[in-house]
Amino acid sequence: MPSPLKLTNDFVVKFANVNGSGSASANSMFAKSVLRMGVPVAARNIFPSNIQGLPTWYEVRVTGAGHLGRRGGVDLMVAMNPQTWDKDVAEIEPGGYLFYDSTKPLPPSKFRDDITVVGVPLTRITNNAYSVPRERQLFKNIIYVGALAALLGIEIGVIEQLLAEQFAGRDRLIASNITALHMGRDWVAENLKPIGLQVRRSDGVGDRIYVEGNQAAALGAVYGGATVCAWYPITPSTSLAEAFTSYCEDLRIDPATGKARYAIVQAEDEIASIGIVVGAGWNGSRAFTATSGPGISLMTEFIGLSYFAEIPAVIFDVQRGGPSTGMPTRTQQADLLGAAYASHGDTKHPMLLPMDPGECFEFGALAFDLADRLQTTIFVMLDLDIGMNEWLTEPFQWDDSRKLDRGKVMTYGDLETGKEFGRYLDVDGDGIPYRTYPGTHPTKGGYFTRGTSRNPYARYSEEGSVYVDNVQRLLRKFETAKTLIPAPVARPAKRATREGVIYFGSTTQAMHEALDMLEAQGRHIDALRVRGFPFADEVNAFIEAHERVFVVEQNRDGQLRTLIMNEGGIDPGKLTAVLHYDGTPITARFIAGEIAAHMGAARQPSYTEAAE
Amino acid sequence: MTYITKPRLHHPSLATNQLGYTRRDYEGSVSTLCAGCGHDSISASIIQACYELDLPPHRLAKLSGIGCSSKTPDYFLGNSHGFNTVHGRMPSVLTGANLANRELIYLGVSGDGDSASIGLGQFAHAMRRGVNMTYIVENNGVYGLTKGQFSATSDKGSKSKKGVVNHDSAIDLVSMALQLGATFVARSFSGDKTQLVPLIKAALSHKGAAFIDCLSPCVQFNNHAGSTKSYDYVREHNEAVNRLDVILGRHTIEVDYAPGTTTTVTQHDGSVLNLHKIAEHYDPTDRLAAIAYLSERQAKGEVVTGLLYVDPEAEDLHAGLDTVEAPLNTLSDAELTPGSAALAKINADLR
Repeated sequence: MPSPLKLTNDFVVKFANVNGSGSASANSMFAKSVLRMGVPVAARNIFPSNIQGLPTWYEVRVTGAGHLGRRGGVDLMVAMNPQTWDKDVAEIEPGGYLFYDSTKPLPPSKFRDDITVVGVPLTRITNNAYSVPRERQLFKNIIYVGALAALLGIEIGVIEQLLAEQFAGRDRLIASNITALHMGRDWVAENLKPIGLQVRRSDGVGDRIYVEGNQAAALGAVYGGATVCAWYPITPSTSLAEAFTSYCEDLRIDPATGKARYAIVQAEDEIASIGIVVGAGWNGSRAFTATSGPGISLMTEFIGLSYFAEIPAVIFDVQRGGPSTGMPTRTQQADLLGAAYASHGDTKHPMLLPMDPGECFEFGALAFDLADRLQTTIFVMLDLDIGMNEWLTEPFQWDDSRKLDRGKVMTYGDLETGKEFGRYLDVDGDGIPYRTYPGTHPTKGGYFTRGTSRNPYARYSEEGSVYVDNVQRLLRKFETAKTLIPAPVARPAKRATREGVIYFGSTTQAMHEALDMLEAQGRHIDALRVRGFPFADEVNAFIEAHERVFVVEQNRDGQLRTLIMNEGGIDPGKLTAVLHYDGTPITARFIAGEIAAHMGAARQPSYTEAAE
Repeated sequence: MTYITKPRLHHPSLATNQLGYTRRDYEGSVSTLCAGCGHDSISASIIQACYELDLPPHRLAKLSGIGCSSKTPDYFLGNSHGFNTVHGRMPSVLTGANLANRELIYLGVSGDGDSASIGLGQFAHAMRRGVNMTYIVENNGVYGLTKGQFSATSDKGSKSKKGVVNHDSAIDLVSMALQLGATFVARSFSGDKTQLVPLIKAALSHKGAAFIDCLSPCVQFNNHAGSTKSYDYVREHNEAVNRLDVILGRHTIEVDYAPGTTTTVTQHDGSVLNLHKIAEHYDPTDRLAAIAYLSERQAKGEVVTGLLYVDPEAEDLHAGLDTVEAPLNTLSDAELTPGSAALAKINADLR
C-alpha cells in the first residue's frame, strides 16, 4: 500500500450525495469554513437535471497556492451515495482517503487496499439523537461536517460562526445545528485520529470575495443601468435573472415612493423575452435577457432584427452542454459560433468573454454601454462553471465618476437646432448612426423601424446599391466595435518561445496552473487570453509571432479556433486545438498533459487525464 | 412602404383640432395595398380617431408584425415612431417598449395570420399581462401577401377563391381575448367607420389591454361568394350590440339619451363612453355574459360587433410591477447606479 497522502492546504475533497438530501448547504458551509481560515478554495457543483433522487457531487479544492481551476483527481471522497459508491471509490488517488457511513458493515470487496478508509457511523449517531425523518436527513449532513472538521483540522468555531450567520435571528436553529456539529466532531475525537490532509490557518484569501458568476453578472446589470429584464427559466441561467430581481429589490427602489425603478417580466418563452428586450431597447431603456444555448436558438430571428434595424440589446448566455437539450447541468463553451453569427443573412455580433465572476460584474455593466454605443446585440458569454459555482474573485469595484454611455442619441434640442437626422446616416465615419427615442419631437426625428432594407433616411428600398452601402456600413461599425471590446491579456513566458496558447473564459484558471506546470517541466509558452469578439489586432499579431499556437477551449469543434481562422484569415495548420468537452470543467492536468504530448519533449507530466 | 412621401402642403381652410393639427398631420405615406382594401379604411379610422382625440402624433408609438396589415402603420401618423417587427412577435416588442416608457400611447396593428397563427402565443400573453395598448387585428381570414391561403380565423366550411373548402375550426380572437383577461374587447368592420372610429378612440383612452377585432375584407382573395369575411357576408350577418360615443374627460359636453337605451361607462382617464344599446339586456361590463352572448350568436352565424366588454377600473402591467411614474428610459445615472458605497457593503457580505 502506498503511504497515506500527507498534504496541507493542498488537496481535493469530493462529496458524493443524493440530490435533494439537503447536502448542498452543508457542503458549501464546509468550503466556506476553509475560506474563513484564510485558505483559498475552488468549489464546484456537479449536479443532475433533477430535483430529487439522482446523484450529485460537490468538489472542493483546498488550494493554499490559490489555483482556482479544477485540478482533477480526488484525495478524500466523502461517499454518501450508495448508488455511485463503486465509481466514487475508484476515483480516489492512490494513498487517498475514503470517508463513509459505517453504520452498516460493508464487505471488504467494496473497498480498496491502497487507500485509507475512515468510517463514521453517521446513521447510528443521527438515529440515536433524532426521531423525525426530515431532521435525521438534514442533521446527518451537519454531523458529517463536524466529523470532517475534526479529521481535517478545521476550527470548529469558524463553522459555528457560519451557522450563526446563516440562521441569524433564529436562535433555536443555530443551537440545534451546533449540537449536531459537535456530535460529529466529538465522535471523531473519541474514536479516530486526524488524517494526513490538513487545513492550516493562513492569509491566502485577503479581501477577495466568494460569489457565483450569475449573481455577479446580475449585479453588473444593475450597475450598468439595466431597467428592463425579460427572461424565461432555463438552467444554468435562471439564477442570473433571480439575482437581478433580488438586487433590484434592494438597490432600485425609489426611496420617496417605494416604487420600482425597474421592470422584470418572466415571459412565456425565449422569443418573447428577446422581443421585450428589443422593444425596450428601441424605446431607450437598457434591457437584457439571460438564457442558455437552446434559448439563443429560439432568439435568432430577433437577434438578426437587432443587428439590421440597429437596436441595443444585451444577452447573457450561460452556456451548457449542447446540442439540443444536451447536458443541461454540465458546462461547455459551445455557443461561441452560434452567438457570434446568430440569425439568417450576414450577421456578426460582439461578444464579451468573462473569465470569472469579477469579470462577469465588469462586463455585465460594460455590455449596456456597448449595446447603446454600437446599437446592436451584445452577448456576455458565461458558462455553467462560472455562472453557477462560487468563485474566489477580487472585490467588485465601481468608479463613482463613471457615466453611463448612452451612445448617439439625438435630443429634442438637437432636432430643434436643425441638425440633420437620418436614422441610418453615417455622420461620423465610424459606421454608427444617430437615433431618436420615440416621442422626442412633434415633427422631427420620427422614423419607421423595420427589418427590411432601407436607405440612410429609413425609407424602404430594395435598390441593390442602397442595400450594399448599408451592410458595408454595418461592417464599418463592426470595425469600430474592435476598439471598444476589452483587449486581450498577454501572459508572456519567462523565456523567449515560438510556442503560444490562446484561451478564454472559465478555462483561464486551469490554464494558468497548467502553464506553471509546463514551465516547471521546462516548457515555455506565451499565453494570450481573449476577452471579446471581434478580436483586437493583437490576436493576429500574437499568432504571427509564434510558430505554433494552441487554442484551448471547452467544446468539440474548436469554435474559438474556427472564429479566429475565419475572422483573421489564419492558416489552420498554425492553430492546434486542445479540446475538453465531457461537461466537467477543464483541469490543469488535462491541459498540461495535452500540450506536453503535442510538444513531445523528453519529460512527460506524471499523468494525464483523458477527456472522459 | 415609404416609396412616396406625401406633400406636406395644407390647404389653409383645413380644419384643425385643439392642438392646431389638421387631419392631414395624422396621415402617413401613400398606401401600397390593393385599391379597396379594408385595411386602408381602418388606417383612415385610426387617423380620424387620433385627430378627434387631439393626440400629439409623436406621443403615439405604432408597432406591427408582418403581413399586409402590419405594413399599414407606415400609412398613418407619419410623425410617430413606428416599428415593423417580426412575424407574430409584435406583442412582445410592444410590451418592451411600453415598459421603457409608460407615457406614450401604444398602438399595435396586426393581422389574423400574425396574431391567430404564428403569434397566437404572444397575443395571448400580452392580453393576460394587461399591457396598456390598443391592439387591432385587421382580420380578413386569409393570407393576402402570399396570395390567398386560409388563415386560422377562416370559418370552417368557408371557401377560398380557388374553391377549396376550409375544414379546420376557426379561432375567434374576441372570445379568446375575453377569456384571457383583456379589459376592453370590441369587434367592428372596416366598412363601418361610424362604429369603428369611436371604438378606436375609446380603446386609445383605455388604460389596459384593449383589443379590437376588425373584420376587413380582402378584395383580392377573400371577397367572393363562399367567403365569410367578404363585404356582403359581413353586412348581411352583422349584429351590432351597441353604438358608441366617446366623450373625453376634459370636454364638458352634456349628453342626453333616453334612459333604457344608453349605458354610460367612465374610464380611468375620465373619458366617458356612451353606449346606445341596440341588443336588449346587453351589459358591456359583464365579462361572463359577453362570452355567453357571443357564443350564442356565433352558433346562429351572426357576427356580433360593438363594444363587447370593458372594465373601466382596469389596471395595467405597470400597476402589477409597481414601477415608478417616470418613464424608465428617463431615469438618471444616479437613480440607476447604486455607487461604490453600496458595492462595498455587497463585497463585505460576500466574504
